[in-house]
Amino acid sequence: MADPSAIELTSAAMSYSGRTLFRDVSLQLAPGSFHFLTGPSGAGKTTLIKLCYGELQPTEGRVTFFDDDTGHMDRDTIARLRRRIGVVHQDCRFIDHLSVAENILLPVTVSGGNIERARSDMNDLLGWVGLQALADHRPPELSGGERQRAALARAVILSPDIILADEPTGNVDWEMSLKILGLLIELNRLGKTVLCATHDMSLIRQAKTRVSSRVLRLRDGAVELAGAEL
Amino acid sequence: MNALLTLLQGDKSAESVVPRTGYTAALTIACAAAMAFLAVFVLALALSAGRQAAEWEASLSDTATVRISAPAEMANVQADTVETILSQTPGIGGTRRLSDDEQALLLQPWFGSDLPVETLRLPILIDVTLTEDGPDVIGLRQRLAAEAPGAVYDDHGRWRAPMVDAAQGLRTLSLTALILIASVTGVTVALAASAAISANGQVIDVLRLVGAEDRYISRAFTRRFTLRTLAGAAAGAFLGLIAVALIPTVAGGGLASAVGFQGLEWIWPFLVPLAAAVLAFAATRAAAARRLKEAG
Repeated sequence: MADPSAIELTSAAMSYSGRTLFRDVSLQLAPGSFHFLTGPSGAGKTTLIKLCYGELQPTEGRVTFFDDDTGHMDRDTIARLRRRIGVVHQDCRFIDHLSVAENILLPVTVSGGNIERARSDMNDLLGWVGLQALADHRPPELSGGERQRAALARAVILSPDIILADEPTGNVDWEMSLKILGLLIELNRLGKTVLCATHDMSLIRQAKTRVSSRVLRLRDGAVELAGAEL
Repeated sequence: MNALLTLLQGDKSAESVVPRTGYTAALTIACAAAMAFLAVFVLALALSAGRQAAEWEASLSDTATVRISAPAEMANVQADTVETILSQTPGIGGTRRLSDDEQALLLQPWFGSDLPVETLRLPILIDVTLTEDGPDVIGLRQRLAAEAPGAVYDDHGRWRAPMVDAAQGLRTLSLTALILIASVTGVTVALAASAAISANGQVIDVLRLVGAEDRYISRAFTRRFTLRTLAGAAAGAFLGLIAVALIPTVAGGGLASAVGFQGLEWIWPFLVPLAAAVLAFAATRAAAARRLKEAG
């Protein structure tokens, strides 16, 4: 029997207040794959990412995590499933009164994991993303790029199977974009499934020279596989 | 129960994710303190009213009075007859004829101490002590009417019942007030918790994003609100106890002089903060569950 898809959308549709954002979207993210999701602003990239980690449910169709239909899951089951999915948002979403280190450890804290053991992993991660000197700072004291890297460290602290990144380079300069892309590629080489939403075609072109990836384009309410025109 | 034990054990990590500041903290503590203060007062009143009702009931239910109103030349004869009848009646434990001095003492509150009792035509009063079973009152009255027509048997029921009713009514009113205090405390804490949860929507979003279950998020708020309520209620109950202790005692002042706690009743005011904490725990948990469900 084939490995189940990490995430699979089957004929998924999403409508808000009578407006259809997308319809009949079917896609499979195979374990260990790297996908980009692109499309114009407002096309529904963030909504599709939210479907992929259960924050939203499709108005039609279904979404499965490792063959489990999210439509049949209660909030707590989805919460536990999210521990297998690391999410990086454009706005990072930190708890501002906690330090960077405490924010990175948050997934361990809420899942009742061993904090002492996780501290060692966190120090390694802080070194990996280059934020060791800022561990005790508060998130508002960080620059855009530093926040994105801290969010990435938090997303991978539980060693999840899937990384979902929603415009992770949206607020940073080109140099930092390449750095963040490099981190995502490293994670993919470690076997993580990566889905990265971005409207930055230069970044996608850069990535395609370094990693085997597919590009999904959301346009006119449908998802298509982008080809050579990239 | 398990949830309460988990709460008591504490989860500092869950608690630290919610910012400590906010007007809901002060609101919860102040409300708990005020309500505990009132609860201690009302408890003292309820217990005292119950105690007084029982005391009046007990002190008057085992006694009766026979009043003999007859012409002077007949009064003593009828009194002797009454005493004879009473001594023969089952359910009568003893009798005692009140002296003129004792009657003067009874009238003193109305007429003063220099009342010339000997110039007044007062009825003869016989104080009757009843046994546990008491007499056959109807039969006794019939016999007294036949053999001593000036004698009237008074079992104190006419004025005992309204007093006991009043004391019991006061106790019922106090218990109703306690229920209202508990309800207001619960609602206030629940509202404060809801407000805190709403104000921390961003924190909850982040917690959900990183995989927090509802009970973890709920615990972060529940523990804090329960401990705040416990602290506020402990302070309020302490002040309430001081206030009750300072109520001036009036000798013979009836209920007013008896407001307070006696013997094992002292346990009750100490249970007020604990009850408030349990109430806050339940109210916050329910409020958190509702808000998290609404948030989707």
